[in-house]
Amino acid sequence: MKLFHFFLGSIKIIFKGGKGYYSWIVFLILILIWGLGGYINQLQDGLGVTNMSDSVSWAFYIGNFTFLVGVAAAAIMLVIPAYIYNWKPIKEIVIFGELLAITAVVMCIGFIVVDIGSPVKFWHMLPIIGTMNFPDSILAWDFFVLGIYFLINLFVATYLLYSLFIKKEYNKSIVLPLILLSIPAAIAIHTITAFLFNAIPARPFWNSALLAPRFLASAFCSGPAILIILFQVLQKTTKFEIKKEAIWTIAELMVYAMFIYLFFTIAEFFKEFYSDTEHLVFWKYLLFGIGENKELVPYSWLSIFMGTTAFILFLIPRTRKNIITLNIGAVLIYFSVYIEKGLALIIPGFTPDVLGQIHVYTPSIDEIRITVLIFSAGALLFTFMLKIAIAIIFNNYSIDKLELE
Amino acid sequence: MQKGKNNSRRDFLKKLSLGIGGSAVALSACNSPDFDDFLQKNFKTLSKEDIDEIILNLEKKYSEKYGKKFSVSAEPAIDNTLFGYALDLSRCIGCRRCVYACVDENNQSRDPQIHWITVLQMDKEKGIDYMHSDIHYNPELVPEEGHFYVPVACQQCANPPCVKVCPATATWQEPDGIVVVDYNWCIGCRYCMAACPYGARHFNWSEPIVPDEEMNPISHYLGNRPRPKGVVEKCTFCIQRVREGKYPSCVEICPTGSRKFGNMLDPESEIRYILENKRVLVLKAELNTQPNFYYFFGV
Repeated sequence: MKLFHFFLGSIKIIFKGGKGYYSWIVFLILILIWGLGGYINQLQDGLGVTNMSDSVSWAFYIGNFTFLVGVAAAAIMLVIPAYIYNWKPIKEIVIFGELLAITAVVMCIGFIVVDIGSPVKFWHMLPIIGTMNFPDSILAWDFFVLGIYFLINLFVATYLLYSLFIKKEYNKSIVLPLILLSIPAAIAIHTITAFLFNAIPARPFWNSALLAPRFLASAFCSGPAILIILFQVLQKTTKFEIKKEAIWTIAELMVYAMFIYLFFTIAEFFKEFYSDTEHLVFWKYLLFGIGENKELVPYSWLSIFMGTTAFILFLIPRTRKNIITLNIGAVLIYFSVYIEKGLALIIPGFTPDVLGQIHVYTPSIDEIRITVLIFSAGALLFTFMLKIAIAIIFNNYSIDKLELE
Repeated sequence: MQKGKNNSRRDFLKKLSLGIGGSAVALSACNSPDFDDFLQKNFKTLSKEDIDEIILNLEKKYSEKYGKKFSVSAEPAIDNTLFGYALDLSRCIGCRRCVYACVDENNQSRDPQIHWITVLQMDKEKGIDYMHSDIHYNPELVPEEGHFYVPVACQQCANPPCVKVCPATATWQEPDGIVVVDYNWCIGCRYCMAACPYGARHFNWSEPIVPDEEMNPISHYLGNRPRPKGVVEKCTFCIQRVREGKYPSCVEICPTGSRKFGNMLDPESEIRYILENKRVLVLKAELNTQPNFYYFFGV
């Protein structure tokens, strides 16, 4: 009964908001509808509406999926420093990190669903009702770790908010082990997603043991960037209080991550360019183009430029502790990693293809619309969950208030 | 026993999908043959009776759809058979007759075009070098001066990376060495396409189009029967022909006799003769895919 009240209260709170809130929601719904049109086209005509081909058989959708796995993983990793450095608003950091992780996993599933050719047959890869190829297929592993990670986060976030809502102390012996479990699970989802690509010898571009470590390092850059901005927005608009020092510590951790990310990338560059084997061709396509084909060149350099600038801004203590340059750095590193995962990771893996042919790929308008659909749906979900969490945590929205209404 | 188990699972699934009711497709197609299609299990796990029933329904469906008598075989692998293929690089002239014979025989989509065989034109000076090869060569006459040709299709690897990665076990290797796809079971994730080092797997990005009059009605369930959109397909050594004792259509059409095919377990076969008396090579041997498809220099 109380659980029912919790859901009822949550739904009620979603509809309460000022002008700013409602315009944000309407904006999201409008672009969501625009994106939905693209998905309807794809459902009718098949994946032919994308610019993917037998040569470039995975592309923008899988790139976005990979990026969001990183966001999902990194959101929870902030829990470690929050414990170690004993930041005061630890409960809030845990909850908001978890809400971000839940959103990112939902969006990941969205990108998988739009990428598969026969989504109604998805159950074929499930255990028991389907014939899952476990343990041979890394996709089967990815399904398990993403599922477990999603359930842990969903349960802990809901349980914490529910306890606050019904004004009962939450059970630490349930929550703490689950939060601790979610940390290795976070590492697992990104590692296994990297293994998905990296153990395919047919694609030398991915066939590097550094892929999983690079994934983790880049995720430690992009995920906390979102949280840094989110915490500031919360501080401005709610009673949420986070010490400046805590933000700076997050930024400091991001510098280490960026340094490792840069180091791994340079290590990879060195090995490829100095060896100068035929496998270099993929890096050449990405960074310089091959002949007339320079589709990715501007993006890869933009990503490198943004990443390096962010690294410098975060490295110098004065710019790290200046709120404006800090935020610029956070936005730059976010987009740098987004381009790296969204465009620069998947497409060069297929260009040239296994038989040495170049088939040019750039996302089609329907692919962009579907990507917008998933991002707007994700933003909507995240907004709603934040709204509920803020009301319960900061505005003492509780079961008593619901009954008063 | 087997049958009873299937029924209960089928019932369970039926109830489950009805209960969920989330899938608009499933709901709108309730109790129709399409719905049975939706619930059909992985071909590998079906009983003999189930297969017979499915084949009968398919033959009826295709015969009506294409206006001609359609046969769908589910002929299993022949005992003591391991198919092998050998292609004579010194004889191939790059005419691409094999490409189109394959399209006709195996009902590949004409629009968008799907070709199971890709012919690469190589520079004689460079040897087998994919990065400098050309698939779009289009001269008046082949072969062209200074070039040789390497046709590539599924290599029917003994250690197939595509089979390993499939999350749904929708593709597997048959006892006679042929790697097949269950088109009803494939979810279209294309992981196998990323894993194949030979570009042998092809995806139906849109609804495949084959004119009714060009449709080859003699088909195999795991081979050339019509495919839906959103699934992966590939060369099966013409499974519908070779399990009946015939040659694959690419072998029959080849004007230079470059293509050799047979049972590698039969000591009298031509393929065995080539393996023993010619020197053969396999593509991308360093990847340990162990192809059952060999290349050799006959002259």
